[in-house]
Amino acid sequence: MTSDPAGRPEPDSAVTWRFSVNGDPVEVAAPGMRRLLDVLREELALTGTKEGCGEGECGACTVLVDGVPVDSCLVPVCQVEGARIATVEGLAEPSPEGLVLDQLQQAFLEAGGAQCGICTPGMLMAARAYLDDGGTADEDAIREAIAGNLCRCTGYTKIVDAIAIAAGGRR
Amino acid sequence: MPVEPPIATPTSLADAYAVLAGSTADDPITPIAGGTDVMVRITGEIGAPPARMVDLSRLDALRGITVDGGAVILGARTTYTEIRRSDACREHLPALVAAAATIGAAQIQNRGTLGGNIANASPAGDTLPVLLVLDAEVIVGGARGERSIPVADFWVAYRRTALAPDELILRIRIPVAGGREARFRKIGTRRAQAISKVVLALAWREGPGAATAGPARAWTDVRLALGSVADRPIRARATEAVLEGVAPTPATANAAAEALAAEIHPIDDVRSTADYRRAVAARALHRMIRDAAGW
Repeated sequence: MTSDPAGRPEPDSAVTWRFSVNGDPVEVAAPGMRRLLDVLREELALTGTKEGCGEGECGACTVLVDGVPVDSCLVPVCQVEGARIATVEGLAEPSPEGLVLDQLQQAFLEAGGAQCGICTPGMLMAARAYLDDGGTADEDAIREAIAGNLCRCTGYTKIVDAIAIAAGGRR
Repeated sequence: MPVEPPIATPTSLADAYAVLAGSTADDPITPIAGGTDVMVRITGEIGAPPARMVDLSRLDALRGITVDGGAVILGARTTYTEIRRSDACREHLPALVAAAATIGAAQIQNRGTLGGNIANASPAGDTLPVLLVLDAEVIVGGARGERSIPVADFWVAYRRTALAPDELILRIRIPVAGGREARFRKIGTRRAQAISKVVLALAWREGPGAATAGPARAWTDVRLALGSVADRPIRARATEAVLEGVAPTPATANAAAEALAAEIHPIDDVRSTADYRRAVAARALHRMIRDAAGW
């Protein structure tokens, strides 16, 4: 919100927004219309989330907001006040031996589900949401779940294989 | 970096109306709900970005799906995902559910809203032909009060609506009484994440007659609407007249397809050609009638 008590949209430099990223509370001072994508990459230095098209076509910037996959290039930061954000940096779990990859990341490695890697963080987050929602190894369902994530290298087959492996189905 | 217009974040409808009181045709304040269209505008790559904005994401009055008095009422902020998952929509509005399932993919369906699709007024808006054939009403509000606008009167020109600069879309009322059938079909480049080359919806009621064997019963209250074939979503009233009061026979389907090809005047653009759109719209209508009639 701007400082104007009547709520008129006046030019402003920064408002403080509070939300959580990968379980950690954060405070960010930014204009309300700053894209969540830019807040993550520029303010919070979480550069795992990639910008592809910047207009909601390619899914490279997919993150989870309260568990739901969204294109972070289409979300202004004023709309995530109080929300839980999950990015690719939060997939691996810390352990005494260091970070342990999420089973989905492990499956992408096993299946060869990444080539150049620019789509991979978004693919992982879309797939994570699909599995968290009870998604199975069914190929058509997997393909629908990642229909909003474009990959120009793999031809998708090994990505679908990886998600199926993580869903508990060997292909 | 995109521009970052100043934005107000009201937490009540009254506060939102107070913000919008400063919105005029020459100096509009642009609402943002799911942002799937307006966030592309802040890139500045498709015309001038909005100068001032108002966030609707804190307005709970714009949420929820209810069934009331023979109608389904959807809050303007209802997302495509919510439409797909709603028992009321699946039971009463399967054509709207089908349309919602074709818009973008999960990331867009989780954010994009029915009110946004209506307000954005794209000729290719995929829910809009469905709303037209179901005789939906758009309830809008502002500091001067609420009013109801039939969707047939809502899109007044290319990307122009009947909404005043200081008004918001509050909810959409879709009558469901009376056993209306409706079908939806979208033709795009691929199954997911495509903008329509042609999108159409058809609705009708079955007239009196034998329910089982024998010739199909006549259709009444026929509505046919299309997107991506004109400067705004349109009803195809001449083709409706061909279908009205007669049974959906092969001869009827042929006549309706021919009428539709003659009635619409699409253009060549980046997504398709006029010839393709005319041919595929006629073919899709023919197929829709055939599937509904079961021959």
